[in-house]
Amino acid sequence: MHMADALLSPAVGGLFWAGSAGTLAYSAGKIKEASDEKLVPLMGVMGAFVFAAQMINFTIPGTGSSGHFAGGMLLAILLGPYPAFLVMASVLTVQALFFADGGLLALGANIWNMAFYPCFVAYPLIYRPLVKKKMTPGRITAAAIAASVVSLELGALSVVIETLLSGITDLTFGTFLLLMLPVHLAIGLVEGLVTAGIVNFVRAQRPEVLEHEEGEGKRKSFPVRGLVLTFLVLAILTGGILSWYASEYPDGLEWSIEKVTGKTELEAPEKGVHAIFQKVQEKTALLPDYSLPPGREGASAATSPETSEKVGTSLSGVVGSLIVLAAVVLSAGAVKIVRRKRSGRAEGG
Amino acid sequence: MFDREFFALGTLDCLSYRDSPIHRIDPRAQVTASLIYVTAVVSFPRYEVLRLLPLSFFPLLVLVLGDIPFRFVAKKILLVSPFALFIGIFNPLLDRAPAFSLFGVTVTAGWVSFASIMVKFTLTVSTALLLVATTSFPGICEALERMGFPRAFVTQLLFLYRFLFVLAEEAMRMVRARENRSFGGRGREWRKTVPLFGTLLVRSFDRAERVYHAMLSRGFQGKVTSLRTFRFSGADLLFLLGVAGGTLLLRFVDFPLIVGRWVLGG
Repeated sequence: MHMADALLSPAVGGLFWAGSAGTLAYSAGKIKEASDEKLVPLMGVMGAFVFAAQMINFTIPGTGSSGHFAGGMLLAILLGPYPAFLVMASVLTVQALFFADGGLLALGANIWNMAFYPCFVAYPLIYRPLVKKKMTPGRITAAAIAASVVSLELGALSVVIETLLSGITDLTFGTFLLLMLPVHLAIGLVEGLVTAGIVNFVRAQRPEVLEHEEGEGKRKSFPVRGLVLTFLVLAILTGGILSWYASEYPDGLEWSIEKVTGKTELEAPEKGVHAIFQKVQEKTALLPDYSLPPGREGASAATSPETSEKVGTSLSGVVGSLIVLAAVVLSAGAVKIVRRKRSGRAEGG
Repeated sequence: MFDREFFALGTLDCLSYRDSPIHRIDPRAQVTASLIYVTAVVSFPRYEVLRLLPLSFFPLLVLVLGDIPFRFVAKKILLVSPFALFIGIFNPLLDRAPAFSLFGVTVTAGWVSFASIMVKFTLTVSTALLLVATTSFPGICEALERMGFPRAFVTQLLFLYRFLFVLAEEAMRMVRARENRSFGGRGREWRKTVPLFGTLLVRSFDRAERVYHAMLSRGFQGKVTSLRTFRFSGADLLFLLGVAGGTLLLRFVDFPLIVGRWVLGG
């Protein structure tokens, strides 16, 4: 489920960084408003709990293989959406840094996929309405399973969209979706069962922890306006990125654009910001067109002079990069030896 | 398996408090340099492999100057590779157009893009690992706050990190107790594991309560303060400019091709 840096392009990574950072700032503001000092250590402990819980393996029903627990939905139920988003983001940051799950650029996408959906979609739109009328263990279980499945599927869908937008894989949208969705349906079911089990356990042992959930009216209703606004901003941003990519994708995304707009390609305005961006992009090539490897088109006509020139170019490339790589590795080794000698002398003297 | 992961966390934490030229670099310079580097690496086109290789200069520089054991980093990279491998492996299966032939063996474009993904993966993952191995976690948090991240988030990261080791030990004690009282796979069913999670959670709540009172009596006012001061020195600037400059140079100039042409006299 963790996106990796290597599967993202800078534009897509940056887009999701912007979305996650914005939500993070908004949530932090909401928490500051509430100014509940007790929340600070509780959030810290809850984040650590998610890690600790991952050390306890359990058998997945039916399969016999063992799984562990991700925690986004549980955090939303126990803490409410804003603190839960912050806690989940901190958990994912520590995972990115210490466990190398995902990466620095992919962190934005990972926070979006695994924290935004449980906290701001599945919790307010699925879990809350289902348990609002009456809180019974059965209802909690059903609601937790439904919410976990939805948030995991949305996360999986995001992974698919992010990877395809980055233009990294040759998988088509449908195949990729078929690979991801069933797996995450299973994961979501297990996650929901465990989440419900924990919530019911806590409710029996420490009912005061879940007080805010039971009390109607005590808790302000979730601002739907904010949610709509976020989606609007994201949609506009995505549209911008899509139009950048429209010309680069002859087949992959055209059908979806066609369905949305009725045209095969989004018309990029000739003047204005877009044109400037396009120029900058052409100059810097940070969003490069796929440069096909040399000789790909002419591989069948291996004897043509054009091809042999291309082969010559790629041979120079191979030789050159091997030399540079060797130089880098050798100088790294040399520095290491020098440093070791020096430190040995320092200890000796 | 997760126990081992947890000890690796401890190892990284210990490594980050060593003293070396890299460890002395200001965290802000390190975080910024790493971000620029990672962005540059992933911005290469999907069929690019050769030009990515010289970019290994940055992880190697940090590895060597920071005196970080190579095997430790290599093991961690192998451990997390399955997902990128899983997505990447479809490229050779789907994209069978021949790209070039080497010694009579035709290599397809799919394998080229797969290799590109794996090289990018190695470079970016090692950068993230080396960043924490050479910068203390509180240092990174401080850097994030100064770079504009919300204070509530930074405080949350600091608290999470402090409680992490305590709660992980608690969880390991519980797992050990379960193993001692059960045989084979029994007792590991999810139904029997849920109360274990619940107990851990209730204990965590209690701990948070105790910690909160202890902090209040020590004058806690909602944020973690540090006596450590940060100064962005000339050496930090040099490091940042060097890494950023080198990275961008390798990004926009086809260095390997120039060297190769020069060597082959083409």
